[in-house]
Amino acid sequence: MSSNIKLFVVGGLLVAVALALFVSPFASSNPDGLERVADDRGFAASERDHALKDGPVADYSVRGVANERIGTGIAGLIGVILTFGIGTLLFGVLRSVKRVPEPSSEKPA
Amino acid sequence: MHIPDGFINATTSLGAGAVTLGGLGVAVRRSAETLEDRQVPLAGLVAAFVFAAQMLNFPVAAGTSGHLIGGVLAAVLVGPWAGALCLAVVLIVQALFADGGLTALGLNVLNLAFAAGLGGYLLFLGMRKVLPKTRSSVVLSAGVASGLSVVLAALAFVVEYALGASVAVPIGTVAGAMVGVHLLIGIGEGIITAMTVSTVMSIRPDLVYGARDLAPHTLRTSNPAAPAVEGLR
Repeated sequence: MSSNIKLFVVGGLLVAVALALFVSPFASSNPDGLERVADDRGFAASERDHALKDGPVADYSVRGVANERIGTGIAGLIGVILTFGIGTLLFGVLRSVKRVPEPSSEKPA
Repeated sequence: MHIPDGFINATTSLGAGAVTLGGLGVAVRRSAETLEDRQVPLAGLVAAFVFAAQMLNFPVAAGTSGHLIGGVLAAVLVGPWAGALCLAVVLIVQALFADGGLTALGLNVLNLAFAAGLGGYLLFLGMRKVLPKTRSSVVLSAGVASGLSVVLAALAFVVEYALGASVAVPIGTVAGAMVGVHLLIGIGEGIITAMTVSTVMSIRPDLVYGARDLAPHTLRTSNPAAPAVEGLR
């Protein structure tokens, strides 16, 4: 990997972290399109509780952090770290899996 | 538009889960075949960026908000199959935040990664075919296709609702309401996607999967001496 790409990825990650940490606490908290339709058309009540509704980061708030905006920002940061970590791991594994059969099972195209 | 638990019955959710698993299997295989080394951290970055951007709900109408799906954005940046996997990663992590039902995970991946992501990428390819081979065509196609991809996701929900609604509501009114509000959200999706693709195109155009067909001279404007060979790569 060229260092140029490293630089690009680090820069992009900083943008993602900044969005999650500093912008997301000020995002609109109104219902989204689907929630709005569910409210208006009368099927919102069919929603059941999420199995993780009492989880440590449920609804993008962090247990133990009283300030809602700070909690949202920290939850966002955790999410960005998790998605980058899991994503890079997954694609790294996919990339390396491909290489295993390459030398042995080379067939004429 | 993350479907919570309970909106769609178990049978339909399971069916969608099976279709989604099959689709993810194809995505894994195709990504493993085509992924380049340098795309590994890039795809991780795309997942992280989409996660962050999905937190940014913007107002669309009185008392209603919307947020980026990012399916077309991911597909244009890292390719349709890797992009779908990025969205799946995002949705799985979001489930930890109790965003999007656990029993609805298959439905949500189906709607956002495949209906919006892959479906929208096909729209992107269609527009790229018609428009001239320029950088601005890539940005415009990404913007318009991503905007329409939100409606594709809404329509996928309508189909799932028709098949397995927990509460009987006339499907026509749900369809009309879903398409209407998601057309508005699509405008935001289109703007954010176009801005993001445009930014990456100006920094590292060579990293944009959906622009790989552009000749190097179109991509590297800083080097006018580069040979203008059509279809060099």
